Amino acid sequence: MDFLLPDFTPAYPEIFLLFMICVVMLADLFAGEKNRLLSFYLSLLTLAGCAFITYGIYSTEVRYTFSGMFVGDAMSDTLKLMIYLTVAAVLIYSRAYISLRGLLKGEFFSLTLFATLGMMVMVSASHLITLYLGIELLSLSLYAMVALQRESAVATEAAIKFFVLGALASGFLLYGMSMLYGATGTLHISELTKSIQQGTADHDIFVVGLVFVVAGISFKLSAVPFHMWAPDVYEGAPTAITLFIGSAPKLAAFGFVMRLLVEGLGELATDWQGMLVLLSVASMAVGNFVAIAQLNIKRMLAYSTISHVGFVLLGFIAIGENGYSSAMFYVIAYVLMTLGAFGIIMLLSREGFEADKISDFKGLNQRSPWLAFMMLLIMFSMAGVPPMIGFYAKLAVFQAVLEAGYVWLVVVAVVLALIGAFYYLRIIKFMYFDAPEDTRPILFKPDVRILISTNGLAIVLLGIFPQALMGLSLSAIQHSM
Amino acid sequence: MVSLSHYLVLGAVLFAIGVVGIFLNRKNVIILLMSIELMLLAVNINFVAFSYYLQDIAGQIFVFFILTVAAAEAAIGLAILVALFRNLRTINVDDLDKLKG
Repeated sequence: MDFLLPDFTPAYPEIFLLFMICVVMLADLFAGEKNRLLSFYLSLLTLAGCAFITYGIYSTEVRYTFSGMFVGDAMSDTLKLMIYLTVAAVLIYSRAYISLRGLLKGEFFSLTLFATLGMMVMVSASHLITLYLGIELLSLSLYAMVALQRESAVATEAAIKFFVLGALASGFLLYGMSMLYGATGTLHISELTKSIQQGTADHDIFVVGLVFVVAGISFKLSAVPFHMWAPDVYEGAPTAITLFIGSAPKLAAFGFVMRLLVEGLGELATDWQGMLVLLSVASMAVGNFVAIAQLNIKRMLAYSTISHVGFVLLGFIAIGENGYSSAMFYVIAYVLMTLGAFGIIMLLSREGFEADKISDFKGLNQRSPWLAFMMLLIMFSMAGVPPMIGFYAKLAVFQAVLEAGYVWLVVVAVVLALIGAFYYLRIIKFMYFDAPEDTRPILFKPDVRILISTNGLAIVLLGIFPQALMGLSLSAIQHSM
Repeated sequence: MVSLSHYLVLGAVLFAIGVVGIFLNRKNVIILLMSIELMLLAVNINFVAFSYYLQDIAGQIFVFFILTVAAAEAAIGLAILVALFRNLRTINVDDLDKLKG
């Protein structure tokens, strides 16, 4: 038997990242307490290197490698570039926060980078084993990160809840995968489609497998009724970790759904469409209603995430290039808003004080008008007020769903989005019309100031000129299907 | 004669015991970890049965990966459990109520 060396080119970014993770861990070991920032800069450099490599190998053709287990295409490359950007922003936002809480350790950086590697494998998987390994690498790193603050009772409790429910989700996902394997006799995602087309197996077996797979996916996406972990984890984890969990993994989850449901099980679209309608309506309703009752802003943002997931799922329900690209646009918009929102929460907290109550935002305008203005932009965008990016994202998703003929679904979604606007606007009211309870000045470094300003600006500019990002999403989807 | 459906029923029963174990258990977090393990092993039975029935080796390869990941998962789960016990001095599921969820 001949052994042919596989084509490593599509996997260069992953290989480079894995190599650099080892370098970061070793460097951190020798750097000692005083030079902890070395790992920080090295991690940023690693992400920049990955972005450079991914940009270099970017092409619009679909490249399979490792016996068809790994794929590089426009969608995976675009999502990877977004992931690098997001992780880099997370690191810069978190630096001051984690160093004040004794979390500025090598573990934080290596776990973040391992999770990033997991996300990259997820979006590039074209085989069920690769997909599973990617999602587990991401999940296991995240469990450990939530528990990173070892002496905090809330953080460890959040970690154990996250762990148990996450493992349950993996179990569901695997059970569904085993059913699909039994029905089709293949683990290759592209061959799943062919096998379903030929129709050798009973349709019911596919539906059983599909139900389990969709349940597993909605756990990972935190869609209702599998959302229970999200509020607890968001509230219990240190804010820097919450920011990480809430942002980049959502991009990877989008890629995961695209690979599994659209590429692998696209033939069963009529079956999963119905399931996603249920999940989406339930997520939008529960997310928006329960968020109103929250006093903790991290918990409120968790429910807001759940409702945003409902809107993303709308894009999948629409089926077709427009639907998927609008879902991708929505995910990117959501990540931008989450980065800004949690970034500001971290800026407001200081040693021994977490600004995680909604009342901590009272009178922010008097303490720091610029920060209040940025929060205003983010909240408007989350509520879907034009001209912010959140408005255009919702509009694009609604248009796609209308084209697919679900008028009632759009009406329901708009009503729920309106209800959701209440709790976002309440924060704006607190910031501008209430007197501050705490008048201490807010201190932050210039790099964070530049980042938060860019973030806010991007939310406005991409909302006014969405064509560039929309075109990017559309071409990524078109070249990958 | 043991047929494919026998294995599938066994897998389904074990999986169901695992899921029910997670939701009904109110006593001990370790039992949760055992239930998770049981779910993953039920999936393994499914994969091996299908793999043999289809005369396709890929399913058995998947089982190796699942076993490895399950081991890593158990390690992380127990590590979190130890941290939890140090903070709360208990691993009773009912005592995990600091976060209302």
